[in-house]
Amino acid sequence: MSTENSSELGSELDHHQSDDHHAHDHKPHGITRWLFTTNHKDIGTLYLLFSLLMLFTGGILAMMIRAELFQPGLQFVDPHFFNQLTTVHGLVMVFGAVMPAFVGLANWMIPLMIGAPDMALPRMNNWSFWILPFAFTILLSTFFMEGGAPAAGWTFYAPLSTTYSSDSTAFFVFSVHLMGISSIMGAMNVIVTIFNMRAPGMKWMKLPLFVWTWLITAFLLIAVMPVLAGVVTMVLTDKYFGTSFFDAAGGGDPVMFQHIFWFFGHPEVYIMILPAFGIVSSIIPTFARKPLFGYESMVIATASIAFLSFIVWAHHMFTTGMPVAAELFFMYATMLIAVPTGVKVFNWVATMWRGSMTFEVPMMFALAFIVLFTIGGLSGLMLAIVPADFQYHDTYFVVAHFHYVLVTGAVFGIISGVYYWIPKWTGVMYSEKIGQFHFWCSIVSVNMLFFPMHFVGLAGMPRRIPDYALQFADMNAFISIGGLLFGLSQLIFVWMVVRCMRRKGKKASSQVWEGAQGLEWEIPSPAPYHTFQTPPHVK
Amino acid sequence: MKYCLSSLRYFYMHSARYALAIFLLACINPLLAEDAKYNMTRGVTDISGQVYDLHMIIFYICCAIAAIVFGLMFWSILHHRKAKGATPAQFHGSLKIEIIWTAIPVVILVAMAIPASKTLIAMEDASEADITVLITGSQWKWHYKYLDYPIEFYSLLATPRDAINNQAEKTDLYLRDVDKPLVLPTGKKIRFLVTADDVIHSWWVPAFAVKKDANPGFINETWTKVDKPGIYRGQCAELCGKDHAFMPVVVDVRSPEDFDLWVAQELERQAQEKAAEAARGNMTMDELMAQGQKIYETHCAACHQISGEGLPGVIPALKGSVMATTDIPAHIQIVVNGKAGTAMQAYGKQLTNSELAAVITYERNAWGNNTGELVQAADVAAVKGGE
Repeated sequence: MSTENSSELGSELDHHQSDDHHAHDHKPHGITRWLFTTNHKDIGTLYLLFSLLMLFTGGILAMMIRAELFQPGLQFVDPHFFNQLTTVHGLVMVFGAVMPAFVGLANWMIPLMIGAPDMALPRMNNWSFWILPFAFTILLSTFFMEGGAPAAGWTFYAPLSTTYSSDSTAFFVFSVHLMGISSIMGAMNVIVTIFNMRAPGMKWMKLPLFVWTWLITAFLLIAVMPVLAGVVTMVLTDKYFGTSFFDAAGGGDPVMFQHIFWFFGHPEVYIMILPAFGIVSSIIPTFARKPLFGYESMVIATASIAFLSFIVWAHHMFTTGMPVAAELFFMYATMLIAVPTGVKVFNWVATMWRGSMTFEVPMMFALAFIVLFTIGGLSGLMLAIVPADFQYHDTYFVVAHFHYVLVTGAVFGIISGVYYWIPKWTGVMYSEKIGQFHFWCSIVSVNMLFFPMHFVGLAGMPRRIPDYALQFADMNAFISIGGLLFGLSQLIFVWMVVRCMRRKGKKASSQVWEGAQGLEWEIPSPAPYHTFQTPPHVK
Repeated sequence: MKYCLSSLRYFYMHSARYALAIFLLACINPLLAEDAKYNMTRGVTDISGQVYDLHMIIFYICCAIAAIVFGLMFWSILHHRKAKGATPAQFHGSLKIEIIWTAIPVVILVAMAIPASKTLIAMEDASEADITVLITGSQWKWHYKYLDYPIEFYSLLATPRDAINNQAEKTDLYLRDVDKPLVLPTGKKIRFLVTADDVIHSWWVPAFAVKKDANPGFINETWTKVDKPGIYRGQCAELCGKDHAFMPVVVDVRSPEDFDLWVAQELERQAQEKAAEAARGNMTMDELMAQGQKIYETHCAACHQISGEGLPGVIPALKGSVMATTDIPAHIQIVVNGKAGTAMQAYGKQLTNSELAAVITYERNAWGNNTGELVQAADVAAVKGGE
């Protein structure tokens, strides 16, 4: 899609690359290489490894949650600690696992896809990564403080997060500020890079969809991360400085917290899915050996979803008591999101249609993404129906819904991207056997884990409870087993990654995949430390 | 034999499709039964029936969309594969198709939005109610106040802590029972005013399709009209702190005659209690400690813990604390009025003077706080009067 003169371009590039490799590759060694690096590939690697570490951190918290919920009654943790687990699990997964993984992929792939030598703001790039370990050290250290970690849910509704919270709130607010600064800097870098550093001939409507979806995501980030910063600051001043933003006794309103939070929070969920759309839109054409169907409509659909994401926030709050006119507006706007999302799914299926498909691991995860993300989307459509939402709201039905879109959506999108590009990063093919094993273990266990949650939710089990009535016992035991298996399955993924990083495996060609198109497949594998120092010409 | 083998082979070749069909059936089947353990129930009000119907319609629409999209996708996966020698077509867009698959979902959505809007508008119309009940959530109990009768009371979890901690048998009503349910008549439109004292709670009874957030400092409105007598159970739906899982809602719906009878009994019971409270003289240490321990365990132990040690950094300890071992009036004052800006509630109206005296005495003498001091109802009355 991006280039049509691949063979000619490829040979020219190879020549330049080998020059670069010998002449300019003076990277420092040891720890200083990673601390001071301004190289987009190094920073991408750091982001991805950090995100993997956070995936397991959040995963361990989830295992503790599922252990407690294995049987009715309190067995392992007390209810206050349970609330800390659910809160920090959410924060770590959203801000530590999913978002940094996407920034890591953006760092690695956007310059390679648009023919740029690096990100536009390399020093800021270094800084935006190195903030994160500190932010999460602060957040996780609250577990060891008196009163424990934040326990008001990852949505930290006031006044539970203000008047009624422990003193770790201040640490939590500070760490969220750091995460926000990191995200905003990452987003600025992406925007400046895409606007200014495209290779000659890389016109807007030739950009790979991953670049498009990330560009739109970056604008969403810049628009809403300051809103999050604002709301956590209001929590801080309400708790410590005597303000009453969310306290009716001082003229404030606790529901205003929710409006502000979800004005950030709803675009945030698209921040976590749009780049995955981009990844899948790269993978499906490659393994179908057929161009992406409806490129322009994919771009328009992504932009429409991003726009709509700003006017649907109150669908998270239908039970808070809104005027009926507002409920109707937010119901209609929310239902409307199904249209561009549907267009995307139909386009992917049309891309496969009459293709010549093979089913390597990236394709398997991308196909699983389409099916399971769509299930999450359809339950989202159900949730949009306000009268029914009154019954679904704050039950496990919602938990099932957002784990389908975030785990089998965002996380599966990321995993498929890693399998797709890891030969380019490391120069070796991952083991297809290990990868397929990982896929099948994951797909079975993830559905054992999240599918039954729909049923317990519909039957009336609220979310965020450490103990439940006896009629939910069988399903919860089953769900916990699924959770354990899904967690263990991800160790296979680590095994795959470690093997590739240790260069164990078949050597990868520069194109890697038979059907792969685009600039990133025209440089050697592994990608040299410096690429595109002379910009390629895209016709 | 040959036939057997070929049918086996046929089955093997199509096993993916069978497996998929069986999987989908297995998933959907439990949902089809109306009173199933794994689905929303139809409930007992006209509104809850409408909500159930909307839920099932949108569910079937989603299933149909999923069947079509995934059907096409799996057909493509089975037939357009390289292993079968498929050669890729090169088409990459069609404006006509894009318009069609934008328009069809819009039509489906509009068709769905119409009945949903109708039900929603009906659900939000709480006008012309026969009875009004003010529901107040606090950590972790519900308070019901009938605005048409001089009746109000707290409703607390009835499940013993021992059952939660796996030291006693869990009954069928584990976590679903309260000491005093809300009692309502059938056939009357009941308006609920919903609010909270501390954090946000959410009052939810699935059988009525009523779920409304209880926001501190604001009053929400909702309503129901139940046609069938019975006991209906729900629970708090909004994370409200440590014991969020332990604040169930139970509504006992009776015929209007039985409801009137209950009102009369309730008023008489209240009068008797008042008389007994007035007639009660000073109590002995043993009486105060025995009653105090019971009250402490129902009202105080959720935060301050059975051991009186609190939760470091969140809830202060009573064991060995200055407050519980020195100045008595200050101790009474904080229990009666609560402490603004903290989770400490005002118990002045939740408990009678003798109950307050008992629990304060208990706090001053349990866990090695052995002050030996007795607090009597008169002492509590004095502090209350002195304000």
